[in-house]
Amino acid sequence: MADAPLLSVEHLDVTMRGIPVLEDVSFQIAPGETLGLVGESGCGKSVTALSIMRLLPNPPGKIAGGRILFDGIDMTALDAAGLRAIRGDRIGMIFQEPMTSLNPVYTIGDQIGESLIVHRGMSGSAAKAETAKLLDLVGIPSARNQLGRYPHEMSGGQRQRVMIAIALACRPKLLIADEPTTALDVTVQAQILDLIGRLRVELGMAVLLITHDLGVVAEFCDRVAVMYAGRIVEEAPAAELFRRPRHRYTEALLHTMPAANPPGRKLPSISGTVPAPLDRGDGCIFAPRCGFAVPRCTAELPPLEGAPHRLRCWNPA
Amino acid sequence: MTVLLEVADLATHYAAKDVTVRALDGVSFTLREGEVLGVVGESGCGKSTLARTVLRLVEPTGGAIRFLGEDITRLDRRAMVRRRRQMQVVFQDPFGSLNPRHRVGEIVVEPLEVHGIGDRVSRAARVAELLALVGLPADSAGRYPHEFSGGQRQRIAIARALVLEPKLLIADEPVSALDVSIQSQIINLLAELRVRLGLAMMFISHDLSVIRHVSDRIAVMYLGRIVEIAPTADIFERPAHPYTQALLSAVPHTDATRRRERILLSGEMPDPAKPPGGCAFHTRCRHAMPRCSVERPLLVPRTIEGGAVRETACHLY
Repeated sequence: MADAPLLSVEHLDVTMRGIPVLEDVSFQIAPGETLGLVGESGCGKSVTALSIMRLLPNPPGKIAGGRILFDGIDMTALDAAGLRAIRGDRIGMIFQEPMTSLNPVYTIGDQIGESLIVHRGMSGSAAKAETAKLLDLVGIPSARNQLGRYPHEMSGGQRQRVMIAIALACRPKLLIADEPTTALDVTVQAQILDLIGRLRVELGMAVLLITHDLGVVAEFCDRVAVMYAGRIVEEAPAAELFRRPRHRYTEALLHTMPAANPPGRKLPSISGTVPAPLDRGDGCIFAPRCGFAVPRCTAELPPLEGAPHRLRCWNPA
Repeated sequence: MTVLLEVADLATHYAAKDVTVRALDGVSFTLREGEVLGVVGESGCGKSTLARTVLRLVEPTGGAIRFLGEDITRLDRRAMVRRRRQMQVVFQDPFGSLNPRHRVGEIVVEPLEVHGIGDRVSRAARVAELLALVGLPADSAGRYPHEFSGGQRQRIAIARALVLEPKLLIADEPVSALDVSIQSQIINLLAELRVRLGLAMMFISHDLSVIRHVSDRIAVMYLGRIVEIAPTADIFERPAHPYTQALLSAVPHTDATRRRERILLSGEMPDPAKPPGGCAFHTRCRHAMPRCSVERPLLVPRTIEGGAVRETACHLY
């Protein structure tokens, strides 16, 4: 990475009720870059996003160690006012289910306008004009006539466009998108990813895309970090990671996908289940399920090493 | 092979306040014994209504459903219950479809009791046999659904569906709620059972890679109609209907060599209460001609390479 990173997460440890849910999570995002964070349910990808935004409810959640540097500012040290100045202003966020993130009793015009009035100090009429422009930008047709509509009057795809408009209202430098297309149909997903991709270039914005969909990250992201049981196990440029996965978990996960196998052939599977947080031993967390484990794997935790292809594995592919 | 299920011009309309929603609008297809038909389409295309109507959990507005040559459309309730011994269903959410207060053994034995099959001893033996068949531990019968993971709960639902030895299994998004690594296990199980028991299946999914993996033939639905139906390889290698082409192109792939030039659809899926005249897809089709907005295209069968038949509802052909 030539540029100074926009976001640098350094050795982040997060606990829930004292139980570790993220351990030693480190990654960086350069200005304008797109990083995909992938993994299965419960691997900690959403907790990572919430921790960066400092939106993790405390208690039970707690940042137990490490730093989150955004544009050189340590997010873990900020007070409520400092956080408000960054959230929704320099970092925008969109979630999986736009219906629950939008307020059902306010029009979409009000909800987008609020952000402009609060963060950019606009007057009501200026905010209205800017809101119409934002809706145009996110591809909602005849935007001016749409300002008085309520979220329930729109389709899932349109609601996600509204969420993107809110997130972009303050021209953030970083957009955190947590499963932004998971609730959408595949052709609508294609429209929304195309939109985020275009806006990213137009606005020079970095994107942290969190998803369980490996196909989406492969096509959309510059780099990919794979999480398993609260740790990053592998990180590499997207094309390289999917062409030549090296961590045994990434490799196994890619092999289980139907698309990676001839139709009708028995699919490979990963035996066993993710160990409970307090039952993880001293070694690699994937070792008990790994077909390539050597004695060292259960005895000693592998470090996340290498550049630009980082991995945490004693016996990589 | 003999035809197991024949659906002819099936229509299911829902009456809302002052509109009629044509959830199914003239659907025709046949399913042979032991065959797997994949049904794919996006939200609102009618694929779940199709599953429910074929089972007559929803009453059709018109058309006919013939099962082993018998028209079941007008069977009375008792006759239909008897018929359903041979047509069983598995739904997406294995939590919602299993009674949380019943033990697994009670859940799996219930269909035998409803249909008055066997005595206590033979039923218990049959339940044990089924649990083994779907790969659940022998002591599962005495435990409750919440003690099982999502993948295991889907195995319970499959055991219940198969206890009556049906000829047809309708699987409505059976793996959509599961993580990739668990998905592969359930797909393998269904594929294995299909061969062992000679089951025919209607496999409904929005996930094209899953559909491709399990199906012999695929029906693509849009707005209550089948727009194309053909053997699996044919649908993926030479999609003919413009909607099928757009749908396939929208799927993101981890394998760069499988990516297709993306055909982004403009706008949204029309309201099924007000479907466009003529071809329902013409408002979003890049090949639309004047005729398309006027005249509804019928599914036209054509013999393709190898003697198989492809049916496409499009004026281009």
